[in-house]
Amino acid sequence: MAREQRLTEVFVELADTLVEEFDLVEFLQTLTERCVELVDTDAAGLMLDDQRGALQVVAYTDESARLLELFELQKAEGPCLDCFASGGAITNVDLTDAASRWPVFAEAARGVGFTVSHALPLRLRQQVVGALNLFTVAPVRLADDHLAVVQGLADIATIGLLHERAVRDQVILAEQLQTALHSRIVIEQAKGVLSAENGSSVGEAFRVMRSHARRTGEPLTAVAEAVVGRELGAAGLLRGRQTADVPARES
Amino acid sequence: MAPRRSAELLSAALAGSADVTELPIRLLRACSDELPVTGVGLALMTERGPAGTIAATDRAAAELEDLQFTLGEGPCVDASQSGRPVLQPDLAATAPQRWPAFAGGALAAGVRAVFALPLRVGAIRLGVLDLYRDTPGILSAGELAEALSYSDAATLLLLHLQAGSSLAGAPWESIPVLDDRAEVHQATGVVSVHAGVSLGEALLLLRARAFAEHRAIGDLARAVLDGMVDFRPGGESG
Repeated sequence: MAREQRLTEVFVELADTLVEEFDLVEFLQTLTERCVELVDTDAAGLMLDDQRGALQVVAYTDESARLLELFELQKAEGPCLDCFASGGAITNVDLTDAASRWPVFAEAARGVGFTVSHALPLRLRQQVVGALNLFTVAPVRLADDHLAVVQGLADIATIGLLHERAVRDQVILAEQLQTALHSRIVIEQAKGVLSAENGSSVGEAFRVMRSHARRTGEPLTAVAEAVVGRELGAAGLLRGRQTADVPARES
Repeated sequence: MAPRRSAELLSAALAGSADVTELPIRLLRACSDELPVTGVGLALMTERGPAGTIAATDRAAAELEDLQFTLGEGPCVDASQSGRPVLQPDLAATAPQRWPAFAGGALAAGVRAVFALPLRVGAIRLGVLDLYRDTPGILSAGELAEALSYSDAATLLLLHLQAGSSLAGAPWESIPVLDDRAEVHQATGVVSVHAGVSLGEALLLLRARAFAEHRAIGDLARAVLDGMVDFRPGGESG
């Protein structure tokens, strides 16, 4: 079946990334997008422990202010926060019936048009480092096999964060998490710089940077640093795109 | 939502002293008193690179900062250059291979652990907060959280100190903590292009305008991204 094949492809894609040097934020971004592609859901976001007692969103599938607000709200209340605190998945949440549990969040989510939500923990043994959050417009529950796929993706995200063998060492985790948070900010700043230079949306700016990163093999964060450092501007990013996006034979 | 811990720490550092130049050392001393560390140093970064020590709680901390600055090598230098935290709970085990020149001086000074936290808002690099200890050992999760909150406070401090004064003439007490929303960082990028200034200056412009207009910075950022507010020279505000 096409979906199973796609599933396999996605897992291979993600596993391949893990064995080389990879950009963590790009990896997490790809992961959220694959979630939306593989299961019946419309939007996804990934929040990480900022190690100061709060969650911070580091990847999300569209640039809508209202989606971002749903993550911002979950710093105070919501399935993501509860999932992170307990380490347990919170799935098939009926947002039309969640007002007593998360009054502010449920109303905001319904206001955007979502009726179902899921939160899966990013967890390695006893360590919970974040949560993956999905939103669906149609009132569809996810079956167990779909939920298993999403948890599998969440597990891959966790491995991506903690892939070094010295994971037992708190030091590596702290360095990884804090660096992911810093890198995310650089990427957001670069989106702004590039969108202003291009006169494009921030979403388009992000696509251009990711495309450039994939084409050149440079980490996404390095591309973003080059953009904010004005070493890489709209012209450089677009020029490469024109030549490389033309279908070519393998060399 | 509870006030951010970094806001509390900055308020505490401000209390009882009108002298803005004392703020860094007061913050460092509070950090050193509260956490299981022996000393704390604060190093400045500019666009050109490391730019020296702003403050240190004691002579050992000051010497260690100077040592790294002179040698161009050490955990704090790495943190400054890479923008990644460098947590070294057992310097005697790791330093001789990683920073041979630094290791000798640091170990001789009795330092056995270093935790170097870069102070940055994404690509806005401001400095490094360095925590030292004369015994090896990690920071617990709670201690790390507190250390990170001190680094957040120090980041805010350096951001505004570098502007020369506080937020558009407002008292330091009123300075809001840094907002983490994606839109604020995106708007920072936009403003830096429109106003033709660095990212750091752009962030300060955004914060100053939000403060002056009694407007939540998230709202202002959204308005910038929607093209309704203009920071171009001569641009009209939306």
